Parts: sequence; C-alpha cells; structure tokens
Amino acid sequence: MSIFADQDSRVVVQGITGREGSFHAGQCLRYGTRIVAGVTPNKEGEVINGVPVFNTVRKAVDTTGANTSLIFVPPGSAADAILEAADAGIKLVVCITEGIPVHDMLRTYRYLKTTDCRLIGPNCPGIITPGVCKIGIMPGSIHTPGSIGVISRSGTLTYEVVHQLTSVGLGQSTCVGIGGDPVIGTSFIDCLAAFRDDPRTRGIVMVGEIGGNAEEEAAAFIGAHLDKPVVGFIAGLTAPPGRRMGHAGAIISGGSGTAQAKIKAMGEHGIQVCENLGTIGKFCKNIFQGM
Amino acid sequence: MKLHEYQAKELFRSAGIAVPEGLIASTVQEAEEAANRLAFPVVVKAQVHAGGRGKAGGIKVAHSMAELRQAAEEILGMNLQTAQTGSQTFTVSKVLVEQGVAIERELYLSILPDRTSAGIAIIASSEGGMNIEEVAAADPDRIIRIMIDPLLGVQPFHLRQAGFGLGLQGELLRGFSSLLAGLYRLVIGKDLLLAEINPLVITTDRRIIALDGKVEVDGSALFRHPEMAAMKESENTDPLEAEAARHNLNYINLNGNIGNMVNGAGLAMATMDIIKLAGAEPANFLDVGGGANADMIENGFRIILSDARVKGILINIFGGILRCDVLARGVVEAAGKVGLRVPVVIRMEGTNEEEGRRILAESGLDLITARDLNDAATKISAIAARP
Repeated sequence: MSIFADQDSRVVVQGITGREGSFHAGQCLRYGTRIVAGVTPNKEGEVINGVPVFNTVRKAVDTTGANTSLIFVPPGSAADAILEAADAGIKLVVCITEGIPVHDMLRTYRYLKTTDCRLIGPNCPGIITPGVCKIGIMPGSIHTPGSIGVISRSGTLTYEVVHQLTSVGLGQSTCVGIGGDPVIGTSFIDCLAAFRDDPRTRGIVMVGEIGGNAEEEAAAFIGAHLDKPVVGFIAGLTAPPGRRMGHAGAIISGGSGTAQAKIKAMGEHGIQVCENLGTIGKFCKNIFQGM
Repeated sequence: MKLHEYQAKELFRSAGIAVPEGLIASTVQEAEEAANRLAFPVVVKAQVHAGGRGKAGGIKVAHSMAELRQAAEEILGMNLQTAQTGSQTFTVSKVLVEQGVAIERELYLSILPDRTSAGIAIIASSEGGMNIEEVAAADPDRIIRIMIDPLLGVQPFHLRQAGFGLGLQGELLRGFSSLLAGLYRLVIGKDLLLAEINPLVITTDRRIIALDGKVEVDGSALFRHPEMAAMKESENTDPLEAEAARHNLNYINLNGNIGNMVNGAGLAMATMDIIKLAGAEPANFLDVGGGANADMIENGFRIILSDARVKGILINIFGGILRCDVLARGVVEAAGKVGLRVPVVIRMEGTNEEEGRRILAESGLDLITARDLNDAATKISAIAARP
C-alpha cells in the first residue's frame, strides 16, 4: 500500500515539451511510472520519449485515461495549468513549479476545495512510492520500498533524510514533498491522515522548516489522532527573523514561525524530535526498530 | 518586494485613497523646496524599508524653515536601526516632506493574504498608530478580523462589518467603506502581499487620510506589473549581499565564522544548524538552487571567501538536478582565481558524485572531503576550534 500514488496512477505531464518537463518525464518513465500523455498547447501530435502530446488536458484524459498530472509549466501559467487539470477530472495534481504568484494560488486553492482533486505542491519535488512510481524530480535511486512514510516541505533536505533512512535499512512506503510555498494544496495533516489509514506505513518522518504554523497544527493532530510513531525534524534554528530563507514560505515574521516554537509543539505532542540532521538515520532506526 | 512609504502613497492615491500632500527629497535643498510648496508644520520622514522609524529618530516635525533644515540634515544620510530592523541598518537617502495634519482619531487598517486559510484578511483596529501585534497580544477584542474568500471578493457587508466595528457612522462610514473597497482592489490588482495603513487618521475637519503606508508586492508577480518592477529600490547596505544579488544568488550574510554553500533552501538551513551544533556560527545562508551552473557556484564560493570573518567553509551538495561534477568544476575555478585562504570541507552526494570527487582530487587543491554529513560536521568542528 501507499498514499496518493500507486500502480494505478496514469500520469499526464503538463509542459512535457520543455527542458525540465521532457527530462523528468524520461526519468519517471525509466523509474517505471506510467506516463501516458503530455500536454503542451500547439504541440499536439508530437511524441516525446514515446509519449503522445496533446493540446489540452481534457483531450489527454479522454484519449489516454490519465488520472494524475505532473506540472512543469512556467510560474505565470502554472495556476491555469492546475485549474485545467482539475477541470478535466484529474484526481491528483503534482505541481513542481516554483514562483507562482500568491494571489493565483489563493484562488486556485479555494477552487480546488470545491472539487475532488488533490494538489501536491507547488514548489515541491513531488511524490514517490518507491519501487512503484515516481511522480516528481527526486533522484529515484536513493529510495527503497519499505514502511516509513516521509513528509517534507523541502527538496534536497528530503533527499538527505531519505538517503540516510535507506542507508540504515529503513525503506519508505511513500515520500511526499508538500512544497515550500506559503499556500500549498496538501498539508502535513492531509498526509498524516493518509499515512494513518495506510496499513503498510508503520512509522512517519516529518520534515518541517521555519515559517507559518503548519508544523504546530500537525503536531496537535498527531497528538490527538495518530498512534504510529513519528520522528520530526525542523530546519532553521539559526535563521534570522524577518529574512526569507530561500523558500517563499520560510520566514519568521512578528516572532511567529520559529524553529524553537515548532520543536516545542512537536515535543509536547509526543513526536520524537531529532535536532541533528547528520544523525537522523540512526535516530530513526532507534525509534522505529522492532516495528 | 517592499515599497517605500512615498511609493505606497502613490499607489494609494491612484486607488482614490487620500494621503497628505508631500514631496520626495534627496538633499536638504530639495527638502527646503518641498517645504516651500507646503505650509508649516511639515513632517520629514526617512524613506527606508523598516517600521519603527519614529522612535529611532527617522521622523521629525518642523514648524519653521530652520527646523526643517535641521531635520533634513539629521535624517538624510543617517544609519537607521529600528526595533523592527533587527541587526540590519539602513542608510537614509531620501526623505518624504509632508504636510502636517490635525488628527482627531487614529485607526489601523491592513489587508493581506492569510496563508493558513488561503483567504484574504482585512484587519482593522481602533488603536491606530501602535504596533498591531502588541495590540493583538494585549487586547485582542480591539482587533477586527474579516476573512474574504478570494473567489468572492470583498462585499458591501464586509465593509459595513469593518466600519461599524471601528465605531464609524454617517459620512465617515461611507468614506471608510469606499477607502477599504479601493484598498482591496489595489491588493488584488497589483498582487500585494501587504497593504497596511497605520495610522489611518480622521482629521479634525472629518477627512479620512492614510498618514502612513506600508506595501509589499509579490516579487513572483512582477512579470505582469512592469510599472511596479520599476519601483524596486535596493537599499542593501551589505556589500556581499549586494554582490550576490547581482549574480542572482540567494545569499544572506549572518556574521558568523563558518561559510557554507548548499543546494536547496531546506538543506541550506539545516546545514547552518549543523554548523551551530558543531560549536561554530554560520557566516551566511547560500542556496545555489537546483539549477546552479558552474558560474553561479564560482561566484557564490568567491563571495563567501571574500568575507574576512570566515575561517572555514562547508560545501554540502545533494546532487539531483545539480550534478556533482558541475559543482566540483565551479569550486576548482573559483579557488584558482581567488586562492584558498581557509580550509574547505566538501560533502557531495548524488548525481555524478564519482566524477566530482575525481575533479577535486586531481585539482591539487587542499580540500577536505567528508564521507557524510556527520563526518562533515566533525571536520567543521575541528576547524572552528582552531585559534
């Protein structure tokens, strides 16, 4: 089992004819993902990596039965691409694009709430169910199938964590990069609830960072609704207030969103917090051993 | 992207929001000319991207030309550090010379996207002129908070809710409603992340005027607002940050002793934290990003090396899209150009890792390679402990 992405995921790649889109569509295919279509307006009829390209998501869905979308569209058009996918009946949209205007995301988020379409991201590495399918840009080779669920707001930091998990022999059920933007489609809590209901997932690693209060809310949810063991890590203990640390959402403002507050909330709700990224693999092995 | 007060007020004016008459000045002479077109008293206000200017001496009232001259002389060129700027200082290069107004009441009003609910929040308070976070903490009942669904937009009932909440009636209520609707349109139309008027004043002759203005524009939306992009005024007094900005590098100077270069924002923050755990202080934040090329690596490395306080450098790259061989070439290039004056620990993992290691080994440079992150931390700790 897994969450959100599995052997039934039939993926359409929006922006497949671009540099990033074509490269990563190829990488996903190589991993075994069922990429069934690509979409780029005015490029219908082209074939990229053996994948047929369509002008619209609607036509791609009608022709190929795609139910999942992976988006590499530039930031100015990405919100439109998400809405197009949802409107065409796509059930899971994974948006890699960084730099979508905040107001575009507010409207998109609110609209998606009126549909049954789930958005992961934007500004995220995507989602991978190791050994089954990779819908994103993460290096597939560092993952290994297993029973640990991973949720994270960042990209390479997640790779580091997953790499260490694999090194100590802890495989992963599904790894979700929920994204570093202030407004994202799928929250920590959405993933936690899904991992709770996934029988294969027996432990969870949650990787957060400064900014906002999503980690605090997730900690409260874990305390109230989760019996599976959770390891937490928060990046940004040394981040200065008022400065945006790379990610649009990573900013301590008006004294809120600090790593200290998040670590405290996690501790209060029974989450095992690892403060040293260098040893998170061993730390997890201690917590999850004997499962 | 933050705007200066005078730029915020230009936007307000274009949205039909009344602001005091005022002129911008970069010299004392220009300030005098501005005052000549106004009537005393006038207010001289430092134009910097920071709140708390008044308490730090960046705002002065002048009742005569002599006082105006003195105020402009004092404020222009001053290095302003306020309660809200943290350790950053801002050099004042412009002042806004503004008509003084007779105030009856001071209110607070702001509109901003709310990341938690994905709504647009209107925040209003009868306690204007104060730090709104302090008001919220001390007396939450004094804060009116209205959440707008961005698909619906602001409705007349929202405007009434805010206006009545502030205790306004009659002509003032109508004036406030029209101002609030205008401000909301501005926030949506110009992709603002914050539009704050503090204080919004009611004058003794019953006008509603935006006495101050704080506006932040979404940098990701500037592609559709060229007129706003032209308003960008960098006031970065940190030479290293200014240099990094010229090379499109995501760099923040942090005054520590161990420099670091990382790909990815989350990993960069976590690497800074590891430096701290190793008993040192991070000298910077530098995310070279997923798509860094050899030039960016070279420039980033050169900027860190040019920081005199740095006594060691940690390079931590998890190669995904960024390949380790590209990183290695950039480091070798930069080291060849500027010379290595401090020890450098390199930890690389991922795409083309072997090729990267080979390039570093054959460069003849004195680089310390780390097996993994923990090993890198141990090696950095040893460097930090050196006298």
